[in-house]
Amino acid sequence: MMLDDAGWTALRLSLQVGVTATMLALPLAIWVAWLLARRDFWGKQTLNALVHLPLVLPPVVTGYLLLIAFGRNGPAGRFLEETFGLVLAFRWTGAALAAAIMGFPLMVRAIRLAIEAVDPKLEEAARTLGAPGWAVFGSITLPLILPGVLAGVVMGFAKAIGEFGATITFVANIPGETQTLPSAIYALLQVPGGEDAAIRLVLWACLLALGAVVLSEWLARRVARRIAGA
Amino acid sequence: MTLSVALRHRFGDFALDVAFQAGPGVTALFGRSGAGKTTIVNAVAGLLRPDHADITFDGQRFDTLPVHKRRIGYVFQDARLFPHMNVADNLDYASRYGARASDRPRIIDMLGIGPLLTRHPATLSGGEKQRVALGRALLSNPRLLLMDEPLAALDAQRKANILPYLDRLKAETGVPILYVSHAVDEVARLADHMVLLSGGEVARAGPLFDVMADPAAVPLLGVREAGAVLRGHVVAHGDDGLSTLQLAAGQIQLLGVQAPVGADLRLRVLAQDVLLSLSEPAGLSAQNILPVTITAIRAGDGPGAAIALDAGGDALLARVTGRAVQTMKLTEGLRLFAVIKATSVAQSAISGAAI
Repeated sequence: MMLDDAGWTALRLSLQVGVTATMLALPLAIWVAWLLARRDFWGKQTLNALVHLPLVLPPVVTGYLLLIAFGRNGPAGRFLEETFGLVLAFRWTGAALAAAIMGFPLMVRAIRLAIEAVDPKLEEAARTLGAPGWAVFGSITLPLILPGVLAGVVMGFAKAIGEFGATITFVANIPGETQTLPSAIYALLQVPGGEDAAIRLVLWACLLALGAVVLSEWLARRVARRIAGA
Repeated sequence: MTLSVALRHRFGDFALDVAFQAGPGVTALFGRSGAGKTTIVNAVAGLLRPDHADITFDGQRFDTLPVHKRRIGYVFQDARLFPHMNVADNLDYASRYGARASDRPRIIDMLGIGPLLTRHPATLSGGEKQRVALGRALLSNPRLLLMDEPLAALDAQRKANILPYLDRLKAETGVPILYVSHAVDEVARLADHMVLLSGGEVARAGPLFDVMADPAAVPLLGVREAGAVLRGHVVAHGDDGLSTLQLAAGQIQLLGVQAPVGADLRLRVLAQDVLLSLSEPAGLSAQNILPVTITAIRAGDGPGAAIALDAGGDALLARVTGRAVQTMKLTEGLRLFAVIKATSVAQSAISGAAI
């Protein structure tokens, strides 16, 4: 199970990318899920399709589109660099963005289902008790959808640490900068005699995924118990 | 404290077009399912945006206010307690965003929910949930209380348990209440005013005693449910279970009166339980015989006719057949006798609370 330095770096980078991507995507995912679940507006189906696009597009295509938009010469990339000094192309931040976008539809799906399961009548009751819209969301909707949010976070995180196609297309496979677990495994398998190191990384990848699922199950159960009031 | 409602709303085949006022006390919105009762209450609460609305409360425009600024307490048919909070947190939610109600202990005591405070909604019975919901609505310090069939989901026993709390609520808080119901007995017991809805329109509106005694209201209430509501005063409880009540027209004996001697109460006398006699009857098993005068006769759609009677200032309603109207030559102004069986005034129709 022991990893060499390059292996540790890839593992650490994967966690960093996964956590950043999940935290980045979560607030937006909750908001979009709420819009899709509770609001009717013009362009709702378009938004829905757009959210799901990364799920159905070949990841390489998503990565290439990201490169066009967020590369140093892309419109969004140039804007971010000139305004915030933030460079995404071929940096770990770019890997986080790619992972966030790939995990986004999964998070939105899980959270949307949870919101749809909340009885809107409870939200109505809260409004009649004087709570403004944002307070209703914070005090009624959000606590009730926590299990769904947790499920979304785990899905998003698992997707983020496993993302390969879009990441390698957008930010390449630079050890110490953009080489996450999957890229590192891929790179090891390209050189003769890399199988041993690859197997160890594969084990870690399995461990990480399993740990995330177990942790979320445990948290979701605790939350559900609290909601049921037992 | 006057709520003035005028609204029009269409959905599908159904058109609602109503205008009425609700003053202090309990105003009942009564009608069959689909009469538009809940739509009206939701429009007053702001949960539904009608096609056209002009709702004012004490002169303040209501329908343009967002829900959370209307300061209404809404008790739903399904209590809608927040499942992730215990009873105490549910109650405190109400005071979190509005003016803090100063009388939390008194409200908790009035509704008897003190022992439930640490429980979770999932562990409460239907009646307990509804009492907590009532407390929560009151603790939001409302200017107006809306109750949408708060007892409809409860069985008869639970209903009987919670009705006294509603009596107390009415007596102890001055908050005007808009009370939606399709149960005549609840309305007869609680309401001061009544708005009868039929087919999306207001068919009759006015003080409860007047509407209930109006022969024209009989088809709207249902021929078996129609009947005047009388004010009575408990004079004595007999050893044989019969109690003597003083009405405007005289004394009557009834079974099953729980209220103590000296109490004022309401009794609902079903129109179908009132017999009419041209001469003072003798040798009848029914002992309650009141002299009355016919004030109105209204032939029904079927073979029956509703007869409005004046009983010493109180209004009484009798339902007889059209043939009886003809053979007895019943006309307005005729003086005759009304006979009420002691056992016919149902226990549930006798309010335990003051009028």
